Amino acid sequence: MEEGRHERSDGPPPASEDPLGGQRGHEVPSVGAAMSWWNPADIGFAVRSKLADLGYGAKLFLRLLVRGARSLQRFGLVRDQIHFLGNYSLAIIAVSGLFVGFVLGLQMYYALQRYGSSEALGLLVALSLVRELGPVVAALLFTGRAGTSLTAEIGLMKAGEQLSAMEMMAVDPVQRILAPRFWAGVITMPLLAAVFSAVGIMGGYVVGVLMLGVDPGAFWGQMQGGVDVWRDVGNGVIKSIVFGFTVTFIALLQGYEAQPTPEGVSRATTRTVVMASLSVLGLDFLLTAMMFSI
Amino acid sequence: MPEKVPGFFIEMESAAPPPHPFVEFRDVSFGYGARAILGGVSFAVPRGKVTALMGASGGGKTTVLRLIGGQQRAQRGEVLFDGQDVGRFDAAGLYKARRRMGMLFQFGALFTDMSVFDNVAFPLREHTQLSEALVRDIVLMKLDAVGLRGARDLMPSEVSGGMARRVALARAIALDPDLVMYDEPFAGLDPISLGTAARLIRQLNDTLGLTSIVVSHDLEETFRIADHVIILANGGIAAQGTPAEVRESADPLVHQFVNALPDGPVHFHYPVVGIEEDFGNGGGQA
Repeated sequence: MEEGRHERSDGPPPASEDPLGGQRGHEVPSVGAAMSWWNPADIGFAVRSKLADLGYGAKLFLRLLVRGARSLQRFGLVRDQIHFLGNYSLAIIAVSGLFVGFVLGLQMYYALQRYGSSEALGLLVALSLVRELGPVVAALLFTGRAGTSLTAEIGLMKAGEQLSAMEMMAVDPVQRILAPRFWAGVITMPLLAAVFSAVGIMGGYVVGVLMLGVDPGAFWGQMQGGVDVWRDVGNGVIKSIVFGFTVTFIALLQGYEAQPTPEGVSRATTRTVVMASLSVLGLDFLLTAMMFSI
Repeated sequence: MPEKVPGFFIEMESAAPPPHPFVEFRDVSFGYGARAILGGVSFAVPRGKVTALMGASGGGKTTVLRLIGGQQRAQRGEVLFDGQDVGRFDAAGLYKARRRMGMLFQFGALFTDMSVFDNVAFPLREHTQLSEALVRDIVLMKLDAVGLRGARDLMPSEVSGGMARRVALARAIALDPDLVMYDEPFAGLDPISLGTAARLIRQLNDTLGLTSIVVSHDLEETFRIADHVIILANGGIAAQGTPAEVRESADPLVHQFVNALPDGPVHFHYPVVGIEEDFGNGGGQA
């Protein structure tokens, strides 16, 4: 992020227009000016830039929510993106879910066996996956698989002047390009998290019941008795919806804000992975803390 | 001249065009950051003509197109599009005005995930409620006008640079705009494609009754098709008039440009400190 800011500050004046058609609210400092962190003016400029970035991001988020909701009326566009984001992420989500389920089965069995309660394996695997690992790991995988492709796609469209061309055709790229992708991401994320958890539980079953000999009746029975639809599954679904908003928005913002050059798009893609992954983990902690306190 | 159809021509004659030019710049200034691009520029683009904008690279030609399209706003002065100030439009007004403009980007800016056909159909599908059958007919007519009816099923990655620009031209005229802006339509084209592109610009302007603005570096082709030439340099207008008038201009800047001289009023060197300061009086290190 810092590198991006430096580059934007020190580079030549922007040759391409802001696709939002608005001013960013912070002017570019003189060419070649070196930033120093002990100079009050530079600190002030950096703070203003960050605030302007935040404001810009918030404005885009609102536009996606308000105007983007209209794109749901043309559901064909959203459906295509759900197919693109969801179907193509399905393989990595399912395979990862299976292996995470295997590992959970092994590790939990090892721990529970010490206390003679290995029949609770099903419950523990299911709770871990549904409450925590399903939404979080699926969101991290979604960031790597779909988020990066969204950023690169939007960034390259910008570099190829496709977004400008669309604007000149009096078509709003936020509504036509960004919004369907945004809503598709929001819809897809909980579905992928559910697939991850379901496949993970199957993985736990394979290892726990078929390989290590846990009683299948106890495995499923304890799970059925101990997993609450609202408190456990519901919390997981809420988390994955929040992650869907977060990851998709960060990916789109980074692509839309990318410098229209090969290096700019590559930096934006990296920033998507870093920012979305950290946001997912940070938000997960906050959401978990809030959900325990309710 | 085809035989006149009375009713048609009476209607044409009675609908006299408004007196003001189609696009007019009044004392427009614009810059990126601290770098000034245009400083108090005034000119008019006459209705129904092909106007060429020429000048050195970085001289503000593309900026002029962006100002007309409302992608940038003038810092001072007025940019009038059919009598209305583009800088005062709100988002809805700007989009309404843009529906009367077509723009051809330097490398076409085709949507790479759509076929040639869908690219040309895009503005029609976005802005009209026409049936798919009618969209098909219009798209094929537009593609026929640029000679690419047979390329409808190709993807942008499968067409050459010259063809991509022709597809983009078909897309730019899909909604029958009043104004078409061409940003470097000849850059990087082979002589055949270049001649084709130039002919098309002239033909479409005349047959569709457009107003065209062509930003170009190609002197010969541009002078051949333009009715009016404006040469921008150093943030102002160095010369304007018919191609013949510009060629005969005594202005040293125009002389440099028309004769492709490396140095003159447009400097060869980017602004820099004196050579002594960089290399010293006694030369560099041994």
